[in-house]
Amino acid sequence: MRKIYVNEKWCLGCHLCEYNCAFAGTGKANMSLALKDKAIYPKIRVEDDGKIMYALSCRHCDDAICVKSCISGALSKEDGVVKIDKDKCIGCLTCVLVCPYGALVQNENKAVTKCQLCTDNSCGEPACVKGCPNNAIVFEERD
Amino acid sequence: MKNYVIIGGGIASLGCVDGIRSADSDGKITMICDESFPPYARPLISYYLEDKTTIEKMQYRSDDFYKEKNVDVVLGSSVTKIDKNSVITEDGKEYKYDKLLAATGSSPFVPPIKGMDSVEKKFTFMTIDDTLALEKSIDASSKILIVGAGLIGLKCAEGLKDKVDKIVVCDLADKVLSSILDKECADMVQRNIEESGIEFMLSDSVDEFKGNTAVMKSGASVDFDVLVMAVGVRPNTALLKDIGAEVNRGVVVDDRMATTVDNIYAAGDVVESNDITSDTKKIMAILPNAYMGGFCAGVNMADGKDAFDNQIPMNSIGFFGYHIMTAGSYDGELYEEKNGDSIKKLYIKDNRLIGFIILGKVDKTGIYTSLIRNKTPLDTIDFDAIKKNPSLLPFSSDYRRKNLGGVL
Repeated sequence: MRKIYVNEKWCLGCHLCEYNCAFAGTGKANMSLALKDKAIYPKIRVEDDGKIMYALSCRHCDDAICVKSCISGALSKEDGVVKIDKDKCIGCLTCVLVCPYGALVQNENKAVTKCQLCTDNSCGEPACVKGCPNNAIVFEERD
Repeated sequence: MKNYVIIGGGIASLGCVDGIRSADSDGKITMICDESFPPYARPLISYYLEDKTTIEKMQYRSDDFYKEKNVDVVLGSSVTKIDKNSVITEDGKEYKYDKLLAATGSSPFVPPIKGMDSVEKKFTFMTIDDTLALEKSIDASSKILIVGAGLIGLKCAEGLKDKVDKIVVCDLADKVLSSILDKECADMVQRNIEESGIEFMLSDSVDEFKGNTAVMKSGASVDFDVLVMAVGVRPNTALLKDIGAEVNRGVVVDDRMATTVDNIYAAGDVVESNDITSDTKKIMAILPNAYMGGFCAGVNMADGKDAFDNQIPMNSIGFFGYHIMTAGSYDGELYEEKNGDSIKKLYIKDNRLIGFIILGKVDKTGIYTSLIRNKTPLDTIDFDAIKKNPSLLPFSSDYRRKNLGGVL
């Protein structure tokens, strides 16, 4: 299946993917109006030590330990996508305890949020990929 | 076609269904649950008291799941005997099996205390039924005494906090969460919980109950309306002992989750397994290990090949928004950071990370857990950078290429 991959050599560290990700869930038409002066909780995050930079989001692991460890039954795998049921998540962070990539994060309600490849909004293709100015993030089949 | 029988309606049983079905789509699966619900999110009973979830939402999988996986779920039925090729339930029914999973779980341990019979409203806190009964017995004026400051007792206290007048938690130990925290971290957690108004009586225990008064060993007395006993749990090993399986504290299983009796597997709270961080056998009664152990058992029951050979104790738990993550053993060289309400303690031994206690800021802790579970030699990564700031940056570019997605 198609997943999000990054090319760290091409990443500029501009963080636009984070803004596009946060904007994708708002349903609003204008990014600056939607996000201005607001704390954002993107599901893709740039890691940057000044020399190396890349964007990190859920890998949708074949053998997803977060799904196996979820104490509330909120995480599941559907058609290859690790999904989270926001109504079931109680924010225990067991998934954060086990994710080997550090790809799950808390949202404004202290529940967990994660990349669902934009299947949970109306973007179609992942917003981080569409908005990346240097094609450092791609959405493709590699398995 | 094979006959699979699963005793127990917890998460290990659910893992077993997934494991069996990954290798055998035809075999008949019967799951016998003694509770009146199919597998539910047991650790969420305290969140139910807090109105953060409902009984419906606590159902771990949808009803369709059992249909899709073709599982015959028998509810409200206790198994009373395991025979060589069948199990017998209390109503006299017999279920034949070729392969059996005994995921019989654990039960609250209630120590004998003088005068216990004189306590009118007393509960344990393990099941939905316990929770509904406890909920019915309380009101805004209730005074609660919880015996046990472990995970169960403290989550119960948090769940009840806004619904009752007063909560006192006592424990024989000198600290809260004594099985997973050192004294310094326990004191920090205790202070955070105390801010909510919950009171503690540590290094003290109940000597005698006189109706609704607990007379403590220290001489103090505590008046209460409702008592919750949360001293600990004991594995339900009786059925397996009777059929001759080797049992120490828990049921002995190998890495395939097979017991010492042919065709009988076990997983979840009832088993003791090898903790790779100390290389000792112990009961690690936590939900992720129950699922993974059950899954592994299921694969092997269906003649697949799987081993669950990287088990560690690990916990992620929060109280009033303050998070605690722990894993492994607290032994070897210590690296620590303290910053306000946040504490990080990492334990390093023989070139491996073998344990941690992290309080407060817990982002990306999974990177540490993964180093423990994978026994990653620390001289192969830039651990000096990772110990300060868990991320994938200090790993090699090759590692990231491999793990973040194939060829770039």
